[in-house]
Amino acid sequence: MRTLLLWCPDWPVIAAGITEGVSVHGPVAVLYANRVLVCSPAARAEGVRRGLRKREAQGRCPHLVVVEHDPGRDARVFEPVVAAVEELAPGVEVIRPGACALGSRGPSSYYGGEAQAAERIVEHIALTCAVEAQAGVADGVFAALLAARMGRIVPPGQTPSFLSAMDVETLDRPDLTDLLRRLGVRTLADFAALPAADVLGRFGFDAAYAHRLAAGADERPLAVRRPPPDLEVTGGYDPALERVDMAAFAAKALAERLHERLAGHGLAATRLAIEAHTEAGEELHRVWRHDGLLDAAAIADRVRWQLDGWLTGTGRAGALTGRLPARPTAGIDRLRLIPDGVVRHAGMQAGLWGEIGVADERAHRALVRVQGLLGPESVFTAVLGGGRDYADRVRLVPWGDERSPKRPGGDERSPKRPGGNPAQPPWPGQLPAPAPATVLTEPAPMTVCTADGATLAVDARLTMTGSPASVRIGREPPVRVTAWAGPWPADERWWAPDEASRLVRFQLCLADGTALLAALREELWTVEAIYD
Amino acid sequence: MATVVAEGERVVRLAEIRAAGLVRHASEHGDRDSVERSLPVAAGLRPLIPGGHLRRGSTVAVAPGSTSLLLALLAEASAAGSWCAVVGLPHLGLVAAAEAGVAVNRLALVPNPGPEWASVTAALLDGVDIVVAVPPGPVAPQVSARLTARARQRGGVLVPIGGWPGADLTLELVGGAWHGLGQGRGRLRRREVEVVAHGRGAATRARRAHLWLPDVRVDLGPVRVVGDQLTLIGPSTAKREREVGAA
Repeated sequence: MRTLLLWCPDWPVIAAGITEGVSVHGPVAVLYANRVLVCSPAARAEGVRRGLRKREAQGRCPHLVVVEHDPGRDARVFEPVVAAVEELAPGVEVIRPGACALGSRGPSSYYGGEAQAAERIVEHIALTCAVEAQAGVADGVFAALLAARMGRIVPPGQTPSFLSAMDVETLDRPDLTDLLRRLGVRTLADFAALPAADVLGRFGFDAAYAHRLAAGADERPLAVRRPPPDLEVTGGYDPALERVDMAAFAAKALAERLHERLAGHGLAATRLAIEAHTEAGEELHRVWRHDGLLDAAAIADRVRWQLDGWLTGTGRAGALTGRLPARPTAGIDRLRLIPDGVVRHAGMQAGLWGEIGVADERAHRALVRVQGLLGPESVFTAVLGGGRDYADRVRLVPWGDERSPKRPGGDERSPKRPGGNPAQPPWPGQLPAPAPATVLTEPAPMTVCTADGATLAVDARLTMTGSPASVRIGREPPVRVTAWAGPWPADERWWAPDEASRLVRFQLCLADGTALLAALREELWTVEAIYD
Repeated sequence: MATVVAEGERVVRLAEIRAAGLVRHASEHGDRDSVERSLPVAAGLRPLIPGGHLRRGSTVAVAPGSTSLLLALLAEASAAGSWCAVVGLPHLGLVAAAEAGVAVNRLALVPNPGPEWASVTAALLDGVDIVVAVPPGPVAPQVSARLTARARQRGGVLVPIGGWPGADLTLELVGGAWHGLGQGRGRLRRREVEVVAHGRGAATRARRAHLWLPDVRVDLGPVRVVGDQLTLIGPSTAKREREVGAA
């Protein structure tokens, strides 16, 4: 198969130059495991070679710039190059970062010849990515790669003769090459002349494949990558959307379009980014997470909530979270919905014997309706996580959002055994079960007095000035303490000044039958929770 | 003679049919239907509630200040797959809810419904099995009647906190004593409480029960009044008694 291969020489060096700002015209070497992997032409001129140790390379070229090898960086930087090639010719296979191949038949007939096609693509890469590339055309990827290194176009049918004079080293199989050398096989022609059955029997499958390559019989079709489908939808509005109801109407249409497009590809989104752009150039971007799959109504709701918050400036969502910026100065002229976290939509399957999932569906509708009444951040479900404090272990997640705990360690299925799962961290000093049924969101002030009427104090060594005898909550008359336990110290997150808390807790049982969890924090007593 | 035989055959056939479960007494039928239209409650609370289960469409009020009783009431139904919602109770201890056996992933919370609490409660009654509502103040009779009717119509259970005109049943905690806490040692372990249930219809006569909270699920056995002292019958004893009873 005629293959056009584009090869960027010394790609790791160029990738380092693009991302790290290293001058690629000076001597640069990319090191892996303290050995030179690739070096720039300037370094090569100074005598730096592949495989040298770092110190030796620096000895030969004292001003050598050394960069660590990062395969991720190479692949990342190569992506725009592949995209540039795809603009001119589809069906590109990335062989490795720095080399990509495509079938030559289409582009060469379109641009009027293989040479013209190669020239056009190389030029386009240079213009769009400012990267130098070489092209080679031959039968098969292996021969095309060798041809690209020489910048040659091997005429059809002449690939075996092109390969014949090459060294066996070009097969890039060091063990096999070494063995072949010792057997006196030095060129690919020598290797190709060996009987295929004997090569397979003596050297194995991989060598048999190399043997076919050496003979110029590389018939593997290209594994071309498919560009990801373009899923986002954009709506332009003229005149611009000034009012929430207009925006909501636009959002509904846009949401339906997005949903249709996703459904057309058999996909569904789990996250949704909404981008609004005003005439004055302001931009609002927010990603909505969703637990489950977003349908058209859910998408429309989210767009409406976001625009509601933004256009009215005092949106409930914005006021609660403070995440939304100030009111825009002009109307919205462009809306963009970008699906994220796209998964294959397997479809909804109702339970065979009815009922399964029906209750969930009904509840879901009711909760969404309440969200419609009160705003998105009004209906919550709780996720239990790890933590010492009862309030700390709970995270309230707005209905429809992703349910993930605040801190690891919560085992929802068996809350009585935190740390029962070995993967979950333990929380030593966690307040014991049973948990109080009322946990105050704003701790109420109180005073705890000892028998002589003085306020009970606890010092750093947890020595108490007496035992708790009476309690006054707010302005109510004092109540006698019948039983108590404590002090239970908690000194949490002292490394983060904003979140640090240092306190001691007491469980108090009062004469009127109530039981409290009291906390002493910086000489202030508060009621944290009530066991009612 | 022939008629007598025919009569006898008919009686036999009817008995066969009844044995096959094809016909039932009218009373049986109603009973079975109400079981399907009900939600389970924890064993400890069953003596308090007429029929031993939460009838769908009913209103069961819980007196304020007994949140753990509320959680115990929700627990069994929630664990069995029902959805619950709590409106206007920002202080609800959710760790306690999980410990009581409530499935927190099926417990929807609307902590601050604001002035729209009644419409929120009504909206929730459409899709949620048990809706706990905490009115922000005194409830107008029209509002309470509307919500009660909504619950009856949609087959949900409305659990208002506080006085509720027209509630089928009101559960109230009277007296309670904590165990496990000493003078500077121990920790709160469990509370024995007396719950009084009174209401309308079958519940006109007030019922009382001694319970262990917050763990009504763990069967510690009933509390028995001996003289003026409460004695715990241990689980093993209780089980043995049950077995003897079954035999």
